[in-house]
Amino acid sequence: MPEAADAGLATLQEGRDEAAGLTSVAIDGPYTGPKPAAAARRRRHRGWYRLISPVAVVALWQLLSSAGLIPADKLPPPTTVWHTAVSLVTSNSPAYGTLQHAMLVSLERMAVGFTVGGSIAVLLALVAGLSRLGENAVDPLLQIVRMLPLFGLIPVFIVWFGIGELPKIILIALGAAIPLYLNTFAGIRGVDAKLAEVGRVQRLTRAETIRHIVLPGALPQALTGLRQSLGVAWLALVVAEQVNANAGLGFMISQATQFLRNDVILVALAVYAVLGLITDALVRLLERRALAWRRGILG
Amino acid sequence: MATRDSGLADIGTAAARVRGLTRAFDGRAVLDGVDLDIAPGEFVAMLGVSGTGKSTLLRALAGLDREVTGELTVPGTVAVAFQEPRLLPWRRVLANVGLGLRAQDPAAAARRALDEVGLTDRAGAWPLTLSGGEAQRAALARALVREPSLLLLDEPFSALDALTRIAMHRLVLRLWESHRPAVLLVTHDVDEALILADRVLVLASGRIVFSGPVDLPRPRDRDNPGLTELRHRLLTELGVNTEGQ
Repeated sequence: MPEAADAGLATLQEGRDEAAGLTSVAIDGPYTGPKPAAAARRRRHRGWYRLISPVAVVALWQLLSSAGLIPADKLPPPTTVWHTAVSLVTSNSPAYGTLQHAMLVSLERMAVGFTVGGSIAVLLALVAGLSRLGENAVDPLLQIVRMLPLFGLIPVFIVWFGIGELPKIILIALGAAIPLYLNTFAGIRGVDAKLAEVGRVQRLTRAETIRHIVLPGALPQALTGLRQSLGVAWLALVVAEQVNANAGLGFMISQATQFLRNDVILVALAVYAVLGLITDALVRLLERRALAWRRGILG
Repeated sequence: MATRDSGLADIGTAAARVRGLTRAFDGRAVLDGVDLDIAPGEFVAMLGVSGTGKSTLLRALAGLDREVTGELTVPGTVAVAFQEPRLLPWRRVLANVGLGLRAQDPAAAARRALDEVGLTDRAGAWPLTLSGGEAQRAALARALVREPSLLLLDEPFSALDALTRIAMHRLVLRLWESHRPAVLLVTHDVDEALILADRVLVLASGRIVFSGPVDLPRPRDRDNPGLTELRHRLLTELGVNTEGQ
């Protein structure tokens, strides 16, 4: 998880800065001690600091566009993209429909595909993780499916399922299922054998062992899988929607491609990005809640 | 030469009875015909250098090793405290103590057990926030709450600092005196065995080579002169040369 690594690095850096500051205080005058309140405030505001570089990049983009260094037909300036976004929301254009309608259509595809794929993945991971028979039955198949190029299946899906919603949903479900299955299965098998022994000593039933030891033990890795799944599922959505869709963000993009409207394409891409960020944030929130017991070590 | 264990005449009421217990790993016999009786309420300490099969014997008694051969009878409830506390990190302390408990009111029983080990105020804590001593006390509470007739302790104090260990010795004695389970304590610390146990065993080459009582009232001090001779004997059995000390 690169974000976590970044945050850790930032903390390290901050600690070093503070240490340096302390030394100079000790030399220059009476020792006043560190200011924990200030440090806490800085930590609280660190989220906002992280916005500085993206905002700077957008400002530079606007500046270069205004100066005529970036041709507007290749990359329209941020102001144009913003105005396009506003007009796509406020007016129902015959070529694109409204942005919010397109977004809802895409979200619905994503929700259905992800729910179906995710549920099947967790179910199969439980079957494979909790019994050797299940593993022998399920795991080889999923290892094969994992190796199939997801987007290479599109032509086959069109032959099998036509060009309606079904092939799109299946593509998203398949994309979501694989990482979630792999991680949940590995999580179940990776549960500490010493804790499993505790279950035997305490005479837990099989159901109790699964509820108290196996599932909570597998949860951290399953949640990592959930985040990977969401990433793949969004990608699958984008690709699926550009294949013969008649509504949704992908449809908006293929229409805009024909009309050479790069501003519309950028708006649709930005909406994809924002939706992806929101779902990732939701999973991270879920992680913080469900893995509260880890706070002891993570601080 | 195996010393036949002189524990108990009436085997019908023994807390544990072991006859000819053998366990081999890759053809090497770690336990080679162990005989052992533990009387109800008896506190037995088992010494042995590393790799002599102390833990293997304890795991067999706990029902964690199904590949032992020989006779193994443990009529009542068994509870184990391991070297590491082995608390489930994702369950709070109280839920860990009540894990698998089939009592009328498991939460109340778990709370009483936490009171006994002095962890009342940590009932709602996550295990990862406990100190080593606190975690080991929680593990003891989890073992005792089942009111075992045989309590197996697998070097539960070896990872603790010296001061915490002394406190834990007192706690274990107090709990043993109020609950009176039979105890088998596996340890490599001769003094720990002498301070705590009714009887001390030495396991070597897969057999019990020594078994002797510690006939001193508790609490015992490790400087008690009555322990000197037995300590010397045990160290000799363990292959430690005590000449010239």
